[in-house]
Amino acid sequence: MTPFQLLTPDGELADDPAAATVDADLCRGLYRDMVLARRLDAEAYSLQRQGELGLWLQSWGQEAAQVGSVRALRDTDWVFPSYRDHAAAMCRGIGPEELLAQWRGVRHGGWDPARHRFHIYTLVLAAQLLHAVGYAMGARLDGADEVVMTYFGDGASSEGEASEAFNWAVTRAAPVLFFCQNNQWAISTPTTAQFGAPLHQRAAGFGLATQLVDGNDVLAVHTATARAVDGVRSGEGPALIEAVTYRMAGHSTSDDPTRYRSDAELDHWRALDPIDRLRRLLDRRGWADDGFLGDLDTEAEDLAVEVRRACRTMPDPDADAMFAHTLSVETPALAAERAGYAAYAASFVD
Amino acid sequence: MSTETFTLPDVGEGLTEAEILAWHVAVGDDVAVNQVIVEVETAKAAVELPCPYDGTVAALLVGEGETVQVGAPIISVTVGADDDAGGTAAPEPSAPESSAAEEGSGSVLVGYGTSAARTGRRRRRSTTPDTAPPPAPAPADARTAASRPGPPPATPPVRKMAKDLGVDLAAVAFDGDRIRREDVRRHVEATTGGNGTSAPAVPTPETPVSDERRVPIKGVRRATAAAVTASAFTAPHVTEFVTVDVTAMTETVERLRAHPAFADVRVTPLLLVARALLSAVRHFPDINARWDEENQEIVHPRAVNLGIAAATPRGLVVPNVKDAAALTLVDLARALADLTTTARDGRTTPEQMAGGTITITNVGVFGVDAATPILNPGEAAILCFGAVRRRPWEYRGEIALRDVTQLSLSFDHRLVDGELGSRVLARVAAVLADPAGELLLD
Repeated sequence: MTPFQLLTPDGELADDPAAATVDADLCRGLYRDMVLARRLDAEAYSLQRQGELGLWLQSWGQEAAQVGSVRALRDTDWVFPSYRDHAAAMCRGIGPEELLAQWRGVRHGGWDPARHRFHIYTLVLAAQLLHAVGYAMGARLDGADEVVMTYFGDGASSEGEASEAFNWAVTRAAPVLFFCQNNQWAISTPTTAQFGAPLHQRAAGFGLATQLVDGNDVLAVHTATARAVDGVRSGEGPALIEAVTYRMAGHSTSDDPTRYRSDAELDHWRALDPIDRLRRLLDRRGWADDGFLGDLDTEAEDLAVEVRRACRTMPDPDADAMFAHTLSVETPALAAERAGYAAYAASFVD
Repeated sequence: MSTETFTLPDVGEGLTEAEILAWHVAVGDDVAVNQVIVEVETAKAAVELPCPYDGTVAALLVGEGETVQVGAPIISVTVGADDDAGGTAAPEPSAPESSAAEEGSGSVLVGYGTSAARTGRRRRRSTTPDTAPPPAPAPADARTAASRPGPPPATPPVRKMAKDLGVDLAAVAFDGDRIRREDVRRHVEATTGGNGTSAPAVPTPETPVSDERRVPIKGVRRATAAAVTASAFTAPHVTEFVTVDVTAMTETVERLRAHPAFADVRVTPLLLVARALLSAVRHFPDINARWDEENQEIVHPRAVNLGIAAATPRGLVVPNVKDAAALTLVDLARALADLTTTARDGRTTPEQMAGGTITITNVGVFGVDAATPILNPGEAAILCFGAVRRRPWEYRGEIALRDVTQLSLSFDHRLVDGELGSRVLARVAAVLADPAGELLLD
């Protein structure tokens, strides 16, 4: 199957009926989302290298897959992300302080999931797929018309939980859309060593409605996701989208990707960059004037300053909280540990 | 104006130190937020570090090639207070990380313990804090360029020039904030007699040219030193020797090389030595063991993870073949070839070096006959394979030219008695003397 594409790498719209719905407002909005997400991501990377974050997993290169999909949902739909979905999180109104808190180690999760209808990041691969299916089953029992979308990667697709989630979703008719960002690498394992048949084929075997899409084409992702969500919402059963994209950075700030992949491969994907691609369309159509682009530059730099400020001014957590949130009723043993820790902490001068 | 100090961060979840590979800035340079200022090499990778401040470099506190602890100050930057309006990277509201918070364990998230412990900043509270005199101020001010006896300040090109000329920058006299090319030239003229065309402006004391080369102990060298020292001084070593006619082994190597099964893999005498040692372990499994001091137990691993001591450009590494006893001879040959190629290329991973249970060292490749090897830490025995030489030797009642080698076995006498060590070494010798026959009966 050829991945569904609406926008060629040269920035031309494909000859497809769906292209008729593409307009300047949509493109400018998606472009702004992606540019801001990349700026935040780059700034967070620098902060990690400056010792301000313990770890950071870059979303660089995957902006189209995330922005295009999350922007096709209703605000009332739920998202169960993995841990690299910063662009999607930002579209849901999650701010720098909330996004960075977990990686600075001051909170277990950064935001209020209910407020943003965006679950906290899940670091255990593929666990969120089961959370999403469970939540979707609940939504169905409530008679709600919510759709649940969950993000995962090519590596997570090999986990047993992924297969369980696919099967449960189909057998229970859960209103869930599985969205795989196939970014070609599971840390250092390439997709060629990850699976013999592409995920969208395997998922079809579970009974899911599947679609392969060019994950660096934000318009194709947006259109495909909107269609899939419509199908799920109207009761046609769960669906899966496999978006073909690329992780431009290492797996995390602890990873050195130069050890396992080539410059030629990077060059290949750089030419397919999702932001450059949409920019070419904006330029061709004259949809982005200097005022828009200048304002966006300023907004991005202001965001970078805000990211630095938010990161560095986050208060350290109160160590007492780790005892307070362990059990609803404190046991004598826990109380003793709490008192012991307090005494220990108080024994330091600074 | 204030001076901010940037401390070495932990860039990879639990690293404790890094080596400064190259500075991209020099004292006096203007720097901007996120400008790459230095490249460091950790145990995991070479990483570029971006500057957290806008300002001017006041001092580089660590020289290239030096290894520093996470949390150690590496650069200080004078941050301007009067250009708030400038630049797209607007100055941040300087918040909590300045001064006191940063000196301790504040700014580096991971590895704070290391920082605090090493600098001794966190102290147990005195039992009478209210009456005791206030603690002396910590030597935080010593980080500034002026008062800190750090490496001599010079730009990378000047460092290279000095290195090329064999000049120790620490001995070069200079005015101002850093050493310049002229200072180095003057120094060379002064110390070598010069050509007299330009008299040194500053009288330079004669510096004797060093007659020794000093190399910092780090990386593989340091790891090797720690390992052999720990091994040599905890495990009482005994070494035994045997000399053996291995003509049959040499012939077997030739036969295997011609065999189609080994068409795409190299067969070496080491392969048969490895096979012979595995046979000995099968007969005498107690040799595949280790002493667990902490738990007061002798541990017998189920698998034989066969280590091979390999000389590499980075130094000695000892990767091992996992569960070597379970491999066919062809697979063992392949595993040995992979392991040595990986080691020579410097790509051996920590996993490949971990968990070894017994080791072979092949000093014969260097043309020597025998050695008394030191045990790889945590193992009970190490077999040493010497050079194979054509020698006059007794053969079927007469003197003939035969392939002869020496084998030696060092073992940990705490858990291996002389009898067991001798039987193991004798078994290896017997297999190498008649590989086909002995392995058939194995």
